[in-house]
Amino acid sequence: MTEKNDADQATGNAGDALCRDCLTRLPGARPAAKTGSERCAHCGSPRLIRHRELFDLSLAHVDCDAFFAAIEKRDNPALRDQPVIVGGGRRGVVATCCYIARTYGIHSAMPMYRAKQACPRAVVVPPDMKKYRAVGRQVRQMMEALTPLVEPLSIDEAFLDLAGTERLHGAAPAASLAGLAARIESEIGITVSVGLSYNKFMAKVASDMDKPRGFAVLGQGEALAFLAAQPVGLLPGIGKAFQGKLRRDGITRIGQLQGMEEKALIRRYGVIGSRLARFSRGQDARAVNPHGAAKSISSERSFDLDIADIDALEKQLWGMSENVSASLKSKNLAAGTVTLKLRVGLSRTLTRSSKLDNPTQLAQVIFERGCQLLRREARGTAFRLLGIGVSGLTGAGAADQPDLLDPGAAKKAVIERAMDAVRGRFGGDAIKKGRAL
Amino acid sequence: MKLTIERAALLKALGHVQSVVERRNTIPILSNVQIEAADGSLALTATDLDLAIVEHAEAQVTEPGAITAPAHTLFDIVRKLPEGAEIELSLGADQRLDLRAGRSHFTLACLPKEDFPVMSEGDLPHQFSISSTDLKRLIDRTRFAISTEETRYYLNGIYLHVAESNKPRLRAVATDGHRLAQAEIPVPEGATGMPGVIIPRKTVGEIRKLIDEFDGDIEIALSDTKIRFSFDGAVLTSKLIDGTFPDYTRVIPVGNDKMLSVDCRSLAEAVDRVSTISSDRTRSVKLSLDKDRIILSVNSPEHGTATEEVAASYSSEAMDVGFNARYLLDILGQIDGDEVQAELADPASPTVVRDAADEGALYVLMPMRV
Repeated sequence: MTEKNDADQATGNAGDALCRDCLTRLPGARPAAKTGSERCAHCGSPRLIRHRELFDLSLAHVDCDAFFAAIEKRDNPALRDQPVIVGGGRRGVVATCCYIARTYGIHSAMPMYRAKQACPRAVVVPPDMKKYRAVGRQVRQMMEALTPLVEPLSIDEAFLDLAGTERLHGAAPAASLAGLAARIESEIGITVSVGLSYNKFMAKVASDMDKPRGFAVLGQGEALAFLAAQPVGLLPGIGKAFQGKLRRDGITRIGQLQGMEEKALIRRYGVIGSRLARFSRGQDARAVNPHGAAKSISSERSFDLDIADIDALEKQLWGMSENVSASLKSKNLAAGTVTLKLRVGLSRTLTRSSKLDNPTQLAQVIFERGCQLLRREARGTAFRLLGIGVSGLTGAGAADQPDLLDPGAAKKAVIERAMDAVRGRFGGDAIKKGRAL
Repeated sequence: MKLTIERAALLKALGHVQSVVERRNTIPILSNVQIEAADGSLALTATDLDLAIVEHAEAQVTEPGAITAPAHTLFDIVRKLPEGAEIELSLGADQRLDLRAGRSHFTLACLPKEDFPVMSEGDLPHQFSISSTDLKRLIDRTRFAISTEETRYYLNGIYLHVAESNKPRLRAVATDGHRLAQAEIPVPEGATGMPGVIIPRKTVGEIRKLIDEFDGDIEIALSDTKIRFSFDGAVLTSKLIDGTFPDYTRVIPVGNDKMLSVDCRSLAEAVDRVSTISSDRTRSVKLSLDKDRIILSVNSPEHGTATEEVAASYSSEAMDVGFNARYLLDILGQIDGDEVQAELADPASPTVVRDAADEGALYVLMPMRV
């Protein structure tokens, strides 16, 4: 904690305030007014943020609110006041739902039939990934205009490090972020929630606090006390199983971890003990990495009707292999492991992985390995979902090395790259393999 | 069934057979070892359905009989018993194996002998014998190049066949598409006319372990589908890989004209050193060949760079070629002579490596793009 903060606390100074609408910085000399009652002296907006560290913090997590649903509402105003679910076909799962739908208890990844039960009048819109990707790109571009340090986590959220941008923009990071949120709203027509803090973990926690259309600040001064009251599940990397383990040890709140030594936690829980110790104290040294390396890339699809026919499954697999491969190629990456994902019925999901001798970028290689895994599992079983993914990602340099016994492999690679080039010039559907037709 | 046996004899026999038994088995009986006692000898059998090992050990049998017991458990018990212990094995009440040694007493859950799968070997028309030294050499020179890729199952073993070069040789070949290794010995009597067979990786590993401390001749009998190795009271029978080994002779280049000769040990040590900093997955090392020297270099974006110069005999035009460091070290590790000889063509074509001390040994290594 800085000296200034100590002094502020002593005098009860709540810090300067920022108006999220007109971006005016209001002096914070007067004693903290009751939240909610204060209005912007400049424009009269009630959307004021006042925090002691507001103008010192520079690390943000920006997350679009109900991204897919928001875009659908923007494009079809008739949906504005309806519960909207974006998700796959007759079956499949909820990809996103709007905040109205959420009041019915609907959430992402919920099976569609359950969502329909919960809210029969919900409007289901099939996803249009192409459109969402385009909007995601627009948002990303606006972020990148603010700082080069943008680390996307997915299509609709990213970490931004605005340290040192104050001079450039003539505004504190908080003001730049409020401006970004306002611009995304007016120019793109969707809303975002901003979490502003001093590291990635805390920023991510903050962005969740005031959703939707929110702006939450978590300062270093309050971190310990704030975290102490939270459940341990808030810490990144602590899943259900590990929560259960902690619960059996009598630990449910982060505050309990704060009182324990890092060494003791490591002794008890291994490597993850170190994470527990640090995160529980609000410490996170991870830097915002704009090229945040993906760990895996995958593509999957739920079918309207279960598919048992191996040829039909393989045809689906080919399309997905091409998607995965295209993604690898565009990122200049190669994969060392192929994973096939299958779902039988509603809940039985199985994954089968296979390590490649040498990393690959090629759809052909990914597809062939996927088929091999598929043939081992598909013995007349009807599948509801099929997916293929790759992991063990490395640079493309060592990928697809020539093979002594299969001089044809090099030729196949050349053909695939030539087809990629044609698609690059004439569009994705310009040329296709026979099996994709 | 009732017998007594010395711990050392039982441990050795169990040690040999138990490694065939997979740690996790869906078929319970395959976790067991068959114990058969008959006049003065004990026979232990283990199988994974693709391969079976029978090993005999001397024992005082008071009552002949047979049973099957969990292989790994039995092995662990015998291993932990004190040296020199006398072990008594007997079939107790309700089909349990009683094991007594000194003050220790174990009873193990068993399964009847009748349930134990018998591996039929059928007719094995081709029979010959080779010395353990020769068999070890054929295996050691080639096994590192066996492919693990299941798509190309026909490469998941060593191809043993009679090759006609100048004079007929019994030749072993393995390849995974990135490297190829070949070793040969004169054709043993009885092997002429044998079919080319692919011996699976696991069988190769098991027989190599079995003969590690054995000095003598090994009887080999084979057909199109099965192979049997027998020696010194042990018999290993295995299925062969049902596939066609590719025509590997076509991938061995014949026109490579850039000759390189270098001290094997210096090169291996230098490759090992510079590859320390190469990233785990790619492991590529660049060899820059120049007049009578090689400059090895590794360039890793994350870790840094390494270079080392090695004196060599080379007089063709300068060129850069990249190899997988591990593959290169695997080959160098099998060179007996002081000098390793390489024949190169260009940075994209396979390189041939020969051992000055072993005429029949030959390695082909595919370069990497660097």
